[in-house]
Amino acid sequence: MSFVQILIIITVLTVAYFWLTYNSLVTLKERIKEALSTIDVQLKRRFDLIPNLIETVKGYAKHEKSVFEEVTKARSQLLSAKTPKEKADANNALGETLKSLFAVAEGYPELKASQNFLSLQGELTDTENKIAYSRQFYNSNVLDYNTKIKSFPALLFSGYFGFKEEEFFQAEGEEKTPIKVQF
Amino acid sequence: MTIYDAVSANKRKTIFVMFIFILFVLTISYILSKALGGDGLSFAGAMLIFSGIYTFASYYYSDQIVLALSGAKPAKKTEFKTFFETVENLSIGSGLPTPKIYVINDSAPNAFATGRDPKHAAVAATTGLLQKLDKIELEGVIAHELSHVKNYDTRLMSVVAILVGVVAMLSNIFLRNMWWGNISGRDSNRRDNTIFMLVAVFAAILSPIIATLIQLAVSRRREYLADADGALLTRYPEGLACALEKIASDRHIMKSANLATAHLFIDNPFKSNYNKNWLLNLFSTHPPAEDRIRILRAM
Repeated sequence: MSFVQILIIITVLTVAYFWLTYNSLVTLKERIKEALSTIDVQLKRRFDLIPNLIETVKGYAKHEKSVFEEVTKARSQLLSAKTPKEKADANNALGETLKSLFAVAEGYPELKASQNFLSLQGELTDTENKIAYSRQFYNSNVLDYNTKIKSFPALLFSGYFGFKEEEFFQAEGEEKTPIKVQF
Repeated sequence: MTIYDAVSANKRKTIFVMFIFILFVLTISYILSKALGGDGLSFAGAMLIFSGIYTFASYYYSDQIVLALSGAKPAKKTEFKTFFETVENLSIGSGLPTPKIYVINDSAPNAFATGRDPKHAAVAATTGLLQKLDKIELEGVIAHELSHVKNYDTRLMSVVAILVGVVAMLSNIFLRNMWWGNISGRDSNRRDNTIFMLVAVFAAILSPIIATLIQLAVSRRREYLADADGALLTRYPEGLACALEKIASDRHIMKSANLATAHLFIDNPFKSNYNKNWLLNLFSTHPPAEDRIRILRAM
């Protein structure tokens, strides 16, 4: 085999390697985007449930204004969050304020017995579980992608093509376990 | 073995099973037709069309047929809320579209998944399973079933149920009749008798081969893999381990399962007392529950 032939083979193999690796990185990155949109769907659902919940609680506990304000504020922060980290933080903060809302509800037996309140509480728990699962799916995709761009030899050129490390969707503190609903 | 290897192996095996089935029907019909003094080729040609259509249908409608065979009915969300939520949550967690959800009215706890790909998947559970398991155990079972969907196990297993399973059932019926001597008393029509004996001998020879084919589709590794994938999804192997304990120790026997569909279920729907029959033992398709529980607990 002549030198030229060997050179051609090496070039072809190198190009093929870059081609395949580049495409697989693009696929992995698209999967992360898709997984993030799954989280968004669930965050939106949680977002939409909250006004109903506040109205219901207000019907029984008019005077707990500060709690309502906190929840409303945390809710609007969720809307303005853009990056995965901001979204995770806003969602965690919202979880904290909702906890105090449910703590307030504890003091109103009629509210706790209300069918409307119970069904909203149930839906909210379901949504929280769904957020947890979509977060798990997102994070496993991020793990795959990050591992790939940091592995040799993809490491050598992934940065050059603009493949940066992606952030995990963190669950912080108490948010790691779903909120306990007491009856 | 990565999940992508598992998926392509399953797709390959499905085509192999479909091909073998057509070949099998052609051979049988040719020989039978010859033995009866007919023109083997034209009969085999007719059977080619029939088996072709049947195989085609088995690919596209196996999920519907399997669900109908098991007496599964579409579940209402209002009635089976926990079941619905569990399936939805775990589908999100594994990145699958939510499968169709079915319930089988049977007090024996068991479950299976079917469908040719994740977009056409269905998960079915017995009412016994939904009553007897708590939420964490149910999650374990559903995660196992969704792993079957994700690995394309359901495509292969459903097609096997329809193609190989039907042949297995027929040969089983012939074999039993031969042993019980149902036909020996009636010798008014000797020609019928000869045909029947011929088919029975065929069945006797073929049964082990068919059983091997089913085993091919439902290797133990497949169940262990789905157990492991399911545990990865719920992050809690103990849930499935407890569920398997409950399912294995339950004394009810599933009324709606049969030889063709047995391998689809999460655990053998025929309990051990059935296994006195060596033929059914040949078709025993599940690794022992104790082994699976031991492995899950070691994770």
